[in-house]
This record gives sequence, structure tokens and C-alpha cells, in this order.
Amino acid sequence: MRLERHPILPVERGEPFPFTFAGRELLAYPGETIAAALFAHGIRVFGHHPKDGAPQGIFCANGQCAQCLVLADGLPVKACMTAVRPGMAVLPADGLPELPRVPTPPPLREIGRVEVPVLIIGGGPAGLSAAIELGMRGIQTLLVDDKARLGGKLVLQTHRFFGSTEAVYAGTRGIDIAARLAAEVRALTSVEVWLDTVALAVYSDGWVGVLREGRSYVLVRPEVLLVATGAREKSLLFRGNTLPGVYGAGAFQTLVNRDLVRAAERLFIVGGGNVGLIAGYHALQAGIAVVGLAEVLPECGGYKVHRDKLARLGVPIFTSHTILSANGRDGVESVTIARVDGRFQPIPGTEKTFPCDTVLVAVGLDPVDEFYRKAKEFGMRAFAAGDAQEIAEASAAIFSGKIAGRRIAHALGFPGVVVPPEWETTLEVLKSRPGARREPGGELPTQGVVPVLHCHEEIPCNPCASVCPQGLLRVDPADIRKTPEFRLENGKACLGCERCVVVCPGLAITLVDYRKDPEHPTVTVPHELGAEATPVGAKVALVSAAGEILGEAEVREVRATPRNDRTVLVKLIVPKEIAPNVAGIRLTARWGEEPLPEAVESLADDEIVCRCERVTAGEIRALIRAGFRDMNAIKAVTRSGMGACGGKTCGPLLKRLFREEGVSPDEVTDYVGRPLFMEVPLGIFAGAELPDG
Amino acid sequence: MASYDVVVVGAGSVGTPAALALAEAGLRVLVVEARPSVGQGSNKAAIGGVRATHSDPAKIRLGRRSIEIVSTWKEARGEEIEWRSGGYVFVAYTPREEKLLKDLLVVQHRYGLEIEWLDARGLLEVVPDLNPEGLLGGTYSPGDGHLSPLLLVHAYYREATKAGAEFRFRERVTGIEVRGGRVRAVVTDRGRYEAPVVVNAAGAWAREIGRLVGEEHPVVPDSHEAGVTEPVAHFLDPMIVDIRPVPGSSNYYFHQLASGQLTFCISPSPPIVGEDCRETSAFLPMVARRMVELMPRLVNVRVRRTWRGLYPMTPDGSPLVGWSSEVAGYAVAIGMCGQGVMLGPAVGELLGRLITDSLLPGDREVLELLSPSRSFAAQEALK
Repeated sequence: MRLERHPILPVERGEPFPFTFAGRELLAYPGETIAAALFAHGIRVFGHHPKDGAPQGIFCANGQCAQCLVLADGLPVKACMTAVRPGMAVLPADGLPELPRVPTPPPLREIGRVEVPVLIIGGGPAGLSAAIELGMRGIQTLLVDDKARLGGKLVLQTHRFFGSTEAVYAGTRGIDIAARLAAEVRALTSVEVWLDTVALAVYSDGWVGVLREGRSYVLVRPEVLLVATGAREKSLLFRGNTLPGVYGAGAFQTLVNRDLVRAAERLFIVGGGNVGLIAGYHALQAGIAVVGLAEVLPECGGYKVHRDKLARLGVPIFTSHTILSANGRDGVESVTIARVDGRFQPIPGTEKTFPCDTVLVAVGLDPVDEFYRKAKEFGMRAFAAGDAQEIAEASAAIFSGKIAGRRIAHALGFPGVVVPPEWETTLEVLKSRPGARREPGGELPTQGVVPVLHCHEEIPCNPCASVCPQGLLRVDPADIRKTPEFRLENGKACLGCERCVVVCPGLAITLVDYRKDPEHPTVTVPHELGAEATPVGAKVALVSAAGEILGEAEVREVRATPRNDRTVLVKLIVPKEIAPNVAGIRLTARWGEEPLPEAVESLADDEIVCRCERVTAGEIRALIRAGFRDMNAIKAVTRSGMGACGGKTCGPLLKRLFREEGVSPDEVTDYVGRPLFMEVPLGIFAGAELPDG
Repeated sequence: MASYDVVVVGAGSVGTPAALALAEAGLRVLVVEARPSVGQGSNKAAIGGVRATHSDPAKIRLGRRSIEIVSTWKEARGEEIEWRSGGYVFVAYTPREEKLLKDLLVVQHRYGLEIEWLDARGLLEVVPDLNPEGLLGGTYSPGDGHLSPLLLVHAYYREATKAGAEFRFRERVTGIEVRGGRVRAVVTDRGRYEAPVVVNAAGAWAREIGRLVGEEHPVVPDSHEAGVTEPVAHFLDPMIVDIRPVPGSSNYYFHQLASGQLTFCISPSPPIVGEDCRETSAFLPMVARRMVELMPRLVNVRVRRTWRGLYPMTPDGSPLVGWSSEVAGYAVAIGMCGQGVMLGPAVGELLGRLITDSLLPGDREVLELLSPSRSFAAQEALK
């Protein structure tokens, strides 16, 4: 199903056109990927693996894995990266594809070669920010990005950003930051942008091979290379971990927020870091039920305000829980979790099974840094920025890109370019993980208008302090990680302007207005679910910051003005005793459901380490126990890492298995990384120009 | 202190089969390897062709025996090495190759090899996807084939271990003790192992090992670049070899693996001498153009991975196998010239017989031709 409306994202579609899947005629819209068009029709199985017939579908939705292979007009392609075209005949990838007969060689031209001062791989927050620094100095820069649109993962972020208002657009939604950065880059004449262009390899002779617009191979030789390729999602070992319906959180966000398809009905999330928490929130915005979230640690690792947003909307959060299995035949039908002990081992008897159709794996990110490592190995002048350098928030990526841009300008001998020392400090602040929590408390006034800050954890964020016209909200300007404070000073009073309520990325500020009725003050709470979700007169549950139900109230007024930029303010009359504690409202009783009366658990031997070649954890454990220490030897024997993705997903899992088997990392030899980054038709290297697509 | 009957230096395409042969002959064998596991030198870079259709009698004999071993390996040892007997096809598009290949046929037929000249029509029946334009014909040797070098070396490793051979990985040989003109022990960065016999099977790095006993082996590596594609439905049986020289490369060859993937390799011209195995930007455009022109159907097959590997070359293109004439107890099986995978199984057995003093009638001729102290007058016609 496609999303027909979204509280944050514009839903605009052109004229639909037909294509076929397995002979069945379906409709697609211009710009949709094959994957999106299939999901829109509820098709999640794209084929079956030649080795064991396992159903295959989306996993990363990011061109990194190869699990979404289909045949488009006879040729194998990644469904997540290939736009569907009118009349396209798409077939599931079942068995090995037949190579089409070609009677005569196509015309072959010379491979294009481009020399450029700066090549940036990746047009996300880091790459764009660097390009701006370079472009504003007139430095010739080529920026390549593998997607059809600039912005990287910013284009998936519907929430307002944390960080510093001055440094990195805090308080602005990620999608809008993407648009602003992209527009700035487009206005710079010395920056050339190649979209739909995948970097394939960095060679020892200093050339970088790219696949331009999916059609032609170009060799680029930069004086300086900036690798801003972002991150890839870590995978996790559990039975059923490759069933269609088990996705990376980023994949899910791509399907929902970029492709605007309803990629699930009932979702379970594994991992309580920011990525998992935000993905859950995005699901709720798209009207998808979040059945629950499991986090193996005793506390979620992401920002508490993100966690609280989910909890307030009724998502059950199971800390100290792990996933045991995703269950189902051709797709996820349920998930089984269990409580863990102090050594993170599941405790027998605590298993719970929840019906769901989708399991999101959000257990962390790894840098996509292979190009950077190769470039350094080959002695090239190379920089990395953003997640490719170090995993952190997108706000930090923006800033690290700015710094990298300046460093490159300096490296090219551009006069007078310095990186201000305080920028380094700012970057460190933006990268910092959540810090200390303080107990809510302190006496609040019970008259006038009082902003209540439900934000008690140190995170880098200051939009509230930036917008208060009276200067009553304060975040330590020397360290924006400090929690905000409300102080009545110099006889100034809160005007009730609501700007702080609107701008807070954590939806963690409410206003309590005692002016009309001190016994029954009016509480203003924000939400981002669309004004129609809370019509005037609706009864809603009142919840605390962490999601406990405090009572019930009726919606008195709904404010959804353009100035508030899709943040909806709801006003409710609340008894004064609980008014300061009301941090939000809950629209439905509970998204989650009770677990099934009896836990079910898939016992199939399908705990897959290498998705491409379907190699199980059991096979690899046996080799480790037999003395194998070289991952390349495991690869030789099992084919693990030999598949299309080149060990991108299984490499980290293999290392994890070594750790679990008690083998020290010093004893383990990593996969030898070789080009190419993704598979490309031989003809393209020969200089053949392939048809569109 | 550990002592052995034989220490083999190098756990690759040659050293591992040698270890099996020696261990099965009842000797106490140690294999010392600097890399972390078997086959991590040039074996993993090989694309796996195995043929008997050489032009040199020693290689013909060894190639034949290797085919016997690998084609019956699964029945004999129960392990999958993905052997496929698809043959070799050398194509001719110009009179130069036609003459070269036909001249060779005379020698090859003299040794009773199963190889024939097919005209263009005949060749297109064997390989329908060849570009017919200008095709004159080619040779076809249906008894040759291909296998997985990785699976082969691991199969040898398992069998050798079962037979009692010991392997020490991540251990670099730093010295070979020679006293009274005879090897006594091998010294590594982690230990010392006494043995009356030391076998140099160090492939591209054989020269360094030779220097430890004061010998200068004429083995110089040059690099070739190779690649593999995604798997596609089976459509190609033989290994295709195109020996037309063009600027940049002297020949290239490719075949379809049992897994459905195509794997291909090119010989740069002039050769790139040295041990550098880092990827270059020149390779893919060069090999892709040649392959697509030869077999247009390959235009759509997607390349998955590329790598570079070493050919330990000798002056005449043939290996050096046998006892040293200078140092007693020091044997070499080196300079495989990029054919370690196809010659290794037979060379391993030959070393076993050499060291246990049980040579067969035909062995002496082979050892004479491959003698490490031969003069390098002749040139291998078809490397």
C-alpha cells in the first residue's frame, strides 16, 4: 500500500503507468524504485535463493546488500536502486538468471577520464557541507552520489534536528536541512554534481572508478578525495534473520519516508539506539503500529527524549530483552523475544511472542570506509567525513563535512583557510553520546504561563534557548549538552508564544497556562501526527514524559499554523495537580498487544551470517572450533563473503562469532577487501553505453 | 626441539599436495607458511583451469596426471572441488594464431593428447556465443577442464592433516641451517625444526627462500589481473583462451565456474614485474573490451570482484622441480609460471616419490626437463 497522506512529508505523485511483475500488471508512479512499486502492492518476496530456495526481498534498501535482486527486462538488477519504467517486465529472481543472447558486440567507446581537484563521494550531510566550503572558494569539485536526490539519509528524517542552532540548523527537520544544503550546493558554479552515480573502486594508480548514472564507466583522478559515504547498518544473528520482513531500520525509513509506501502493518523493533527509536517514531507517523521495541541493555542507548516520544504514544519498550527468532514461512509472522541475564544470555521461561509482519534490526552502524582505507593505503591525499569517519548524529556529520571542506581547501594551498579551533570543540560536542540525567524537580511557578521542560538528559541541543524571545530558557552556551533551564529573571514573564514548544526536537516542552483558571490550567502539548489525529472534542489520554497514563482530557483547541511547520499544538484543560507532569497525549490505548499465550520459536537452522551465499552461523562456528582463524579461509570453504555484497554484512557478524567463541581479535585475519563496490555489467567497462536505467 | 622427516616451505598449490603425498608415504611432515591459512598466496588468485594440452613433454605428463587426480578426487576422497571437464578452446581470428596452434597440434598429437583443430563452424558448435565475424577456427581439447582452486587446496589441507602432516601458519622462515653441505633445520620467527629434507614450495617468494641456502633461483614474479562475475545460468563449457596480442595484453582467458560465475584473467604486455598485487584502473576496461568483442553475450554479465595475482616466472616458462645440485636434502618445486593449481597435484606426488626414493619410470624424463640446474635455452611456446 502507498501512503496517501503523511503528517510531515508531501505526498505528490505523477501519472501512474503499468509494469508487470511475474506477468501480473501493476501500477507504478514516476520515480518509484522497483522495490517501492512492489511493496506498494504488498509484494515482499522478490525471488528465491538459488542455494536453498529461501525467500528473498528487501534488507538494506540502500544498494549495499543484494538481497532484492529481480530481473528487469531480462537483466538482473537491485530492485531498491532501479527505477521502474513504463512497460517494464519484472520477474522474480528464482534460480540463476539466463544471460540474454547478444549476436554482435555493441559500439564501444573509450572510457571517459576526468581529472579534478576534489572528488567527493557521497552527497549526504557531510559531503554537501564540504562541497559548500569548497564551492564558496571557487574550488573545482565533483560530487557523486548513488541516489537520485541529494541529502543522503537526511531525506528520511521527518523530525527536527538536535544540535546547535548556530552550527547545524538545529530545530529544522532533516528533510528541510537536506533541501537547504542541496540548494546551496546547486548554486555554486564550481561544484558539479553527478547523481545516480556509484563509486566502484579506488585504484592504486590514483584513479577512482565510478558508474555514472547507471550507464557509463568513468575514471576520475582527484588531487584530493573526500570519502563521505556514510554508514551501513549492522546485522544481527537470530533464527529467521533473513526472512522477508526483517529489515535494517534505515531500509524501513527509506521505504516509508522516501518511497512513501506502507512497508508494514505491525512492526517490532530490535535496538533502542537513536536509529531504532526514530524509525519507530517514523512508523507511527506513517500510521504503522509499533508492537514493541526490545533493547538488550537495561536502558535504551538513544536519546531519552526519543525513547519517551515512543513511550508516550504507547509503544511497549522491553529493556534487557533480546530477539530469539523471527518466525514465518515466506515472511515474518511473529517475533519471539526473551529477557536476558547479566551476561546477555536469554533466560529460559521468559520468552514472549508477538504477532507482527516486520522486524527492524537497529543494532548500530558501521562506517562505510573502504574507499578511504584504500586511498590511504595507496598514498592518495584523502579525507573522510561524517559517519564514514566516525558514527555519530547527522548534525555532527554536517559539521565534520564543513571542517573537511576547509582542510581540503588548505591542503590544495588555498590561501588563508583555517579551521577555527572552536570548531573542533563544537564537533566533539555534537558527536557526544547522551550524558548525565538529572532528576526532574525544583519548584515551578503556579501562575502565569510556565514552560515545563521534560528534558532531563544531557544531549547536544539548544533550539529552545535560541527561540525564547524573553530569554527565559537557558542552555549553557559554553556547553550545549547541559540540560535547559527555565528562569524567571529581570521581571520578564513567559509570553506563551509557544515557540519553544514548537521547536523542541524531542517534543519535550509543554506550556502550562494558569491565567484563566489556576485550578484547571490549560496545557499545550505538541505532536507531529497531523492535526486530523486530534480533532477538537476528542478524548485523549494524558501521559507523563516517560509514558505513564496520568488521566484523560478533551482536546479544546488545535493549532496547526504554517509558522509551526507541521508541528501540531493541542490545548487541554488539566487539573493543576497533574498539569506540570503532562508531557504528551496518547491517541490509541496501546499500539502493542499482549503476547501470544504461548511463545513460539522457529527452530529452523537459518541463523544466517552471509546473506548472499546463505551461510549459517552453525557452519562457521564449526570451522572456528576446528581451528580456523583466517576469515579468508572460512570464505574459501563456505563461500561466506564471496557474494554480491563482498562481505559488507557478514564481515562484522563473523568477527562477532569469533568473539563469542572466545577467540581473541589478534588471532583473526580479516577478509581481504577487493573491488568492486557493487556489481556492474562487463559491457559498461568495455565502453558500451547501456540503455536507460 | 621438534624434528621432522621433511619441512615444506609454503602451504599453497604445490606445498599442500606435496605435504599430502609425503605424509601418506609415512613421513613426518611439517609445512611452514607465513600467511594465516592455506592457499593465501597465489592459489586464491588462480581461476582454476587445468589442462594437459601443453607443448612441453614434462608439463604434458604432469598435466595429464593432475587431471586424473582432480577428476577422480570426489570419488576417491569424497570432497567437492567443483571439477568440470569442459575442455579448453584456443580461438584463432588471424592466420598468426591459426599457424601457431596448428604447429603445436603436431607436438601435442605426438604425445597422444586429445586435441583437435575445428574450423569456425565446428568451433561455433562447441561455443555458440563466440563472435563469428572473422573467426577462423581453433583448437578444442575436451579432456581439459577447471575446478575451484580454493576448494582444491583446502581439500588437500584436510587430507594432509588427516594423514598426519602438521601445518604452522603465520610463521616466517628466517633461516635454513646447512652443515656439511646438507640441510639440517629450518628456523622461523617462532621456532626451529630439524629435518634432513627441506622443500621450497614458496611460489612467487621462492627466490628469498633459496637465498637462505645460498641458491639464486631464476624465479621472478609478474602480476596478472583477474575477476569474477555474478552467477548466471550455465551456458559455457570450455575455458576460452584468446592469444591475440594487442597493446597492453598478450592474452586472456575465461570460463564459467560450476557455481555459474564467469572468471577471467588477462596477461599484461609488457609484463608487470614485481610483487605488487594492488588493483589497477587499467585492468577492467582492457579485459572487458576484449571479452565483449570475442563473446558479445558477456556484455550484460555483471562483474562482481577483481584482484591481482602473481605468476612466478622462469626464463623458459617451465617449473623448477628436483633436488638441488649444491645442497643435499634441499629440493625445490617452484617457478610454476601461473600453473601451480594445474600442475600442483602431480608435482606433489612427484615430490613424494622423489623424496622417498621411489621414482616411476617416466619420472626421470620429467625431472630432467624440469631440473633446477638446467640451462634455459628453450622457450615454452604456449605458456
